Amino acid sequence: MDFLHLKKIANQIRQDIIKMITEAGSGHPGGSLSCVEILVSLYFGDILKYDPQNPHWEERDRFILSKAHGAPALYAVLSQAGFFSHNELLTLRKINSRLQGHPDRIKFPYVETSGGALGQGLSIGIGMALAALYQKKDWQVFVLMSDGEQEEGSTMEGMLCAVKYKLNNLIGIIDANRLQIDGSVDEIMDGETIKKRYLAFGWEVIEVNGHNFSELLDAFKKAKNIQKPVCIFANTIKGKGVSFMENKVQWHGKAPTTKEAKIALEELKEEAKKYAN
Amino acid sequence: MLIENWNQKDKLQIKATRDGFGEAILELGKQNSNIVVLCADLAESTRVSDFKNSFPEKFFEMGLTEQNMALVAAGMALSGLIPFMCSFAVFSPIGNLTQVRVSIAYNQANVKIVSSHSGISVGEDGATHQAIEDIAIMRAIPNMVVLTPCDFEEAKKITIAAAKYNGPVYLRFERQKTPIFTKKESTFEIGKAQILKDGKDVAIIACGSLVYEALLAANDLEKEGIYAMIINNPSIKPLDENKILEVAKKTRSIVTVEDHQIKGGMGSAIAQFISQNFPVPIEFVGINDCFGESGNFEELRAKFNLDSHYIKEKVRQVLKKKGRFNKR
Repeated sequence: MDFLHLKKIANQIRQDIIKMITEAGSGHPGGSLSCVEILVSLYFGDILKYDPQNPHWEERDRFILSKAHGAPALYAVLSQAGFFSHNELLTLRKINSRLQGHPDRIKFPYVETSGGALGQGLSIGIGMALAALYQKKDWQVFVLMSDGEQEEGSTMEGMLCAVKYKLNNLIGIIDANRLQIDGSVDEIMDGETIKKRYLAFGWEVIEVNGHNFSELLDAFKKAKNIQKPVCIFANTIKGKGVSFMENKVQWHGKAPTTKEAKIALEELKEEAKKYAN
Repeated sequence: MLIENWNQKDKLQIKATRDGFGEAILELGKQNSNIVVLCADLAESTRVSDFKNSFPEKFFEMGLTEQNMALVAAGMALSGLIPFMCSFAVFSPIGNLTQVRVSIAYNQANVKIVSSHSGISVGEDGATHQAIEDIAIMRAIPNMVVLTPCDFEEAKKITIAAAKYNGPVYLRFERQKTPIFTKKESTFEIGKAQILKDGKDVAIIACGSLVYEALLAANDLEKEGIYAMIINNPSIKPLDENKILEVAKKTRSIVTVEDHQIKGGMGSAIAQFISQNFPVPIEFVGINDCFGESGNFEELRAKFNLDSHYIKEKVRQVLKKKGRFNKR
């Protein structure tokens, strides 16, 4: 089987996510589980430049989690990448923890920006990309958004601005899990035309299966060399990897009970056996 | 602080505080390569046209995307630049408040939020363009510094001070031309108020170009035998608590003056501090819970009770209260 190493990490991240949210008693499992392969590709697929020993290394690529409710997935990935201790993951959402429900860059300096209000990450990334061009720096900016977040007016303002400034160092990624709190993105507003909108605004769009490492890595490598803003539209499954959470909107923002977590972890451990070698 | 002939109103040079910003930002552009300007389709009005022409590579026209502008500025600041983002207060920071709150203030991003058009004195454009709630909103946001200059000279100084300060700052400038009455060489410091004129009976604490109206009121009041101390309070947050306590102890009555809603404004900040530390009677000159309307700024100041005439009225009222207060 290909990408065994990455699949193994993804499985570990999913187990961490379930443990963290269960311990916290609240959080967003659905949207955390849907973006695991995207994050693992970026951090472990040789896409992002970073140095856990020097988190503010000037030449690092910038990653922004605009869908900041996916914080548990990012925390687990950053811990796995060596930025901070694995034990700290279980402090998620607890009083005095560095791991806020949505990331806080002052408390937790391994994220590029604080977040939590949807629709803000894309334009923060544009600011960073413009700063890189102004300072003649080579680093690139990656922004992970949700599909629901495409409804935000500020996201559309950013879509315009990125094209105006011909940003060749900005890659937007959409974790298109097709569900948001009140229902399906299609029913709530319009998930169907997201890709068309990016194309119409002048972006390059690459559509991938957001759980397939081969497609994700190819897309990222291609995107890095395209001389205009690129949107990687990643089709994903909300709650991916835990059968009873998959495609169920009620798992957007609810913690599993201890019993449910046990079932989920057993399922993930069973899956992990496939990657043991 | 005051220039020598400050009380000869007709002889004073008049310039808008936004013009002071325009001159200072141009100078900063020459000195500091990290300073950049963002603007939402208002380059001329916000007085950044000269900056734009001198430093096209440092000027970012954002069009009418105020939310995007605040976020782009935040991203630039997090990458080491010092962005000044410019618009009218009603559009930015009021129109893009959630972006300002989360991505600038919570992030402690080194962004300077500039409003060239603030207060009811914006004038003929009418209520939609007259920001009279911005001080209340911005001073409630953690990490935010709130500054407003009393004249053109001070406008230049607060712009330079904001650039030196590392963190979010809201700079409140005004559109209309108003007298220049402070000295070029006097200093400005964030967190400091200045006594412009000494007096023993009442302290008039004012901000923005209405400081001059307060000075005119003090002049007239002297003829009635009332000696008012005039304090210019450009640093609404952080507040110069020591100075305010000092003047409260000396005069034992305060009138606050601002081109802003009374609810939540500079006067509220003073009252909150004074009520906890040295309670004395306070009266407020400001907009009384209503929207503005079209008219020239002098007409508006008269109609909405912001001019020297009304300041005098409030002084007389507070002195009556002070008399009763002292008898208790």
